[in-house]
Amino acid sequence: MNQNNALDWAVGQELDPQTMPPITRTTLALFAGASGDHNPIHIDIDVAKAAGAPDVFAHGMLGMAYLARALTHWVPQQQLRELSVRFSAITQVGDTLRCKALVEDISGDGSNRCAQLNLTVTDKADEIKLTGHALVRVA
Amino acid sequence: MIDKKFIGLSLATELFEIEAGRLRFFAKATGETRPEYLDNEAAKAAGFRAIPAPPTFLFAAEMDSGALFRLLDEINVPIVRILHGEQRFEYHQIACAGDVLQVDTSITDIYSKKGGAMEFLVKQTSLCQLDGTPVLDARSVIVVRNPPEDRE
Repeated sequence: MNQNNALDWAVGQELDPQTMPPITRTTLALFAGASGDHNPIHIDIDVAKAAGAPDVFAHGMLGMAYLARALTHWVPQQQLRELSVRFSAITQVGDTLRCKALVEDISGDGSNRCAQLNLTVTDKADEIKLTGHALVRVA
Repeated sequence: MIDKKFIGLSLATELFEIEAGRLRFFAKATGETRPEYLDNEAAKAAGFRAIPAPPTFLFAAEMDSGALFRLLDEINVPIVRILHGEQRFEYHQIACAGDVLQVDTSITDIYSKKGGAMEFLVKQTSLCQLDGTPVLDARSVIVVRNPPEDRE
């Protein structure tokens, strides 16, 4: 089911990057409804402009949701212990996000054997939008 | 500036029901097409009790209660000035369609940087099943960007 078997991961290994669909205004409207984040700055260009932004822009949590989608491709969700991110740049309409992971560490024994993943989400121009870490069980 | 007296404030406990239709809507919004995230039978075949809430979905529990937006209103922070700075989830159990979760949120820190140009609101949320089984601990850092006239 998964392209990578987490049991075979090695420290220093990069997992297959996952590219997400380009972000459209429709994406933002759907994500506002589905996520419950109705902040108008993401869906109403008049509000965005009045607040000094050139256009509506993506919810930070949309990028994190994409990262979570990539993560559950790399490893079944049942094995995910922790996920944390820092939002470093605003994601604009039209951006295509790419999720990358590096196996930073593997430690623990038996059923507690866990891998620490170093995560980044970038746009096509390689600008970093999010950085983060995940702890996943690889036993 | 946000009054530091709000540090330690606990918001009212809320209940959040995980509806299968909402999970399908979230899947559509995030481009998720794998059957275990859309269909109960496929989810069971993949080892879940029912359609699982994906790893970031339960942030919606905090959003749906409206507690954060009411708090921002109470402390006079216009919603358009906020940005999400950091988010952390610690998973204890996968919540699934049909679960009703208890949501408890508190403000754990408030601080400012750059002479008040940016303020930071840190909130901690715990979600558990109604029998007390822990599901998720979440920590959010919300950034408030203040225009010069609102700085101290």
